[in-house]
Amino acid sequence: MEHSKGAAGAVTDTYAKERVWLLMPTWLMLSILVVIPVLIMLVYSFLTKEFRGGVIWEFTFAAYDQFFFDRGLFGDEPVKIEWTYISIYWRSIWQAGLATVLSLLLGFPTAYYIATRPQNSRAVWVFLITIPYWVNLLIRTVSMKFLLRENGPLNDFLLMIEVIDEPLRLINTALAVQLGLFYSYLPFMVLPIYASIERYNFTLSEAASDLYATKFATLTRVILPSIKPGVIAGCILVFVPSLGAFLAPDLLGGAKNFMIGSLIEEQFKGSAGNWPFGAAASMILLSMVLILLMVFSRQQKKAQPQGGQ
Amino acid sequence: MLPVQNQVAVNVRDLVKQFGDFTALRNVSLAIKDNEFFTLLGPSGCGKTTLLRTIAGFEHQDEGEILLFGDSIAGLPANQRPVNTVFQNYALFPHMSVLENVMFGLEMLGSSKAEARPLAHEMLELVRLGEFAHRKPAQLSGGQAQRVALARALAPKPKVLLLDEPLSALDLKLRKAMQLELKALQRETGITFIFVTHDQEEALTMSDRIAVMSAGEIQQLGSPKDIYEHPDNVFVAGFIGETNLLPVSVDEITNGHAHCHLGGGHKVICSAVEGVAVGNDVHISVRPERLRMSAQPSDQQSLPGTVVETVYVGSDVQSYVQLNEGPLLTIRTQNSALGKQAIFALGTQTYVTMETGAARLLQD
Ligand SMILES: Nc1ncnc2c1ncn2[C@@H]1O[C@H](COP(=O)(O)OP(=O)(O)O)[C@@H](O)[C@H]1O
Ligand SMILES: [Mg+2]
Repeated sequence: MEHSKGAAGAVTDTYAKERVWLLMPTWLMLSILVVIPVLIMLVYSFLTKEFRGGVIWEFTFAAYDQFFFDRGLFGDEPVKIEWTYISIYWRSIWQAGLATVLSLLLGFPTAYYIATRPQNSRAVWVFLITIPYWVNLLIRTVSMKFLLRENGPLNDFLLMIEVIDEPLRLINTALAVQLGLFYSYLPFMVLPIYASIERYNFTLSEAASDLYATKFATLTRVILPSIKPGVIAGCILVFVPSLGAFLAPDLLGGAKNFMIGSLIEEQFKGSAGNWPFGAAASMILLSMVLILLMVFSRQQKKAQPQGGQ
Repeated sequence: MLPVQNQVAVNVRDLVKQFGDFTALRNVSLAIKDNEFFTLLGPSGCGKTTLLRTIAGFEHQDEGEILLFGDSIAGLPANQRPVNTVFQNYALFPHMSVLENVMFGLEMLGSSKAEARPLAHEMLELVRLGEFAHRKPAQLSGGQAQRVALARALAPKPKVLLLDEPLSALDLKLRKAMQLELKALQRETGITFIFVTHDQEEALTMSDRIAVMSAGEIQQLGSPKDIYEHPDNVFVAGFIGETNLLPVSVDEITNGHAHCHLGGGHKVICSAVEGVAVGNDVHISVRPERLRMSAQPSDQQSLPGTVVETVYVGSDVQSYVQLNEGPLLTIRTQNSALGKQAIFALGTQTYVTMETGAARLLQD
C-alpha cells in the first residue's frame, strides 16, 4: 500500500511492534478469503478434467490449450488459434468498456449535481441513488427483462405515444445486456466520484475562472485532474464486475450475447462442466484485470508529486 | 511610462448586495485611482470579501454598478474581467507545478506554452521563487505559496489586482516582511492593488488610501494619516489604533471651537465639527500618545486624576489615570521621553494635559 510521501524513512513508527498484531486479523482474512481460493483455482486450471464434473490429479496444460488453440499446441498439425473463447472475451471487454463509459457519462454529472447541493440534502440524494440496490441483483435483472420484453411496459409506452409502430425487439440483444450492466453498476461510478467532488475545493474553479479559463477549460484542466482518483476508482468498480457479470448477459442477452461470466459459470454446473477449463478461464480473466489495475496504478503514481528534497 | 495620475481605475457606484434577507453591501460607492494601493479595512463579516468578489465577478450585485476604467463590467463574467485575485487560501492548483500554476492564466489568454514559460519564470524571479518552479504547491511553505499566488495573479498583467487578506495566514515576522514586499511590488508594477484586511496596523503601513467598512457600509475614506488623526465617527476612531473614547456634552460653540465637559465636570476644548450642536451628548477621541502627565498642572486645561495602573510595554509605558469623578484615561509615554524621570507610582496624584488639537469631536 501507499505510504506517506517523502520522508517515510525519517519517521519512527511508535507502534511498530503492536502493528504486527493489529494487522493479523486482516492478513488472516485476506489469506483465507483471497489468496487460498485463487491458489486453488490456479492449481485446478492445471489438472485433468474428469467426466462427471470433477478433476483427476494429473498435471496438464489442456485447459489453456483448449482456450487458445483449435488444434493442439502439442499435436503434429500446424497450430491454429481457437477464436470462440477469445471472441467471448473480446465481446465482454467491449460490453464492460461501453458500460463503463456510459456510467461515466451519466454518473459524472449526477455526482457533480449531488455534490453541489446544500450539505443537508446531499445525504437524501445519495440515499435515493442507493435505494434500488437494496433489492437483490437477480430480481432487479429479472424486472429489467420484464420491462424490456416485447409486450412489456417500455414497448407499450412507446407504442402509446406513437414513437414506434410495432414493438421493438430489445430482449436478447447486446443493447439489453448493455442496459443491464449499466443499470447494475451505475452507483459504483456515482459514489466514488461524488466523494471526490465533495472534497474538491471549489475556490480552485473560481481561481481558474479568475485566470480567464472558460467553463470547459476549468472542467478539463482543473476539476477533472483534481478528482481523477475518484473517476478512476469509479471506472474500475464498474468495469471489473461488468467484465465478469453473468446475470445480465444470461437473462437479457440470450445465447448470442454470451460473456465471460456465463462461460465460467457453465463450466462449474453439473456434468456438462469442465472445472479445469473454468479455472483456466478465471485465471485468464484475473490476469487481465490485474494487468489493467497495474497500468492504472503506475499512471496514478506518475501523476503524484515526487517526495521532498 | 508614468501612469496618468488620478485616473479612476475602479468606480463602484451605489452597490447593493443581498444574501436572502441579509444585506451584505449597502450603497457602497468608491473611486479607486489607477496605480493606487487601496485598502478595504473592517472587522470580520463587514462585507470586504463580498465587495472584492463582486468586483472580480464571482458575485453579482443586486443594485448599482462597477466601472473599470470608465466601462461598465456588469455583463462580463469573471473570466473576461481584466482583474486577478490573490485568494485568502491561495487556491493554487495542487496537481500543477509552481511554474504551471503561473503559466495557467497566460495560456488561458491564448499564449502557447513556449511563450508563457519565460514570462512565468520572470514572474517567479520577481517574487524570488526562481528555484521552486518545479515544485508542487504541497511542497511549499505558507510564505512561498503566498508568493506563488501573487506571481500567478500578476503574470497576465491585470489592470487591477484584488488581494483578500493575503497575509493573514502568515506568522508575524513573515507578515511584516511581506507587507514591505507587496508595497514594493505594487510600486514596481504600477498595477492598482485593492487589498483587503481586518488588521488596522497592516492597513496603515501599506496603503495610499483606506476605506474603513462596517456592517456593509463605508464609514470613512482617506489617507492613513487622515483616518488615524481625523476619524469621522466613533466606529472609525475605535477601530483604528488605540484611543480614549470619552462621552462629552457640548456647552458652547464659538469661533469654530467647541467647549465641552466630560463626566465629573472636566472641561475640554476641541475643534467644532459639522453635525454636532450645543447640547448634544457625543464623544471625543484622544490618542493615548497625545496625553501628557505632570505633577503640577501645566495649563488651565490640565485634568486632575490618580494613577491607578502602570504597564511596561517595551518601547512605551502605558499608564491608566482615573480622573477625579470622571472617566479612566489611557496614556502612552515613550520610554526614552521619560528619561530619568520616575514612572508615576500607583496612587500618585497627577495632572493630565492634552496636546493642542489632540481631542477630536466625533459624530456618533
Ligand atoms: N454566500 C453567502 N451567503 C450568505 N451570506 C453570506 C455569503 N457570503 C457572505 N455572507 C455574509 O455576508 C457578510 C459579509 O461577509 P464577507 O464579505 O465575507 O465579510 P468579510 O470578508 O468582511 O469578513 C457576512 O455576514 C457573511 O455571513
Ligand atoms: Mg473576508
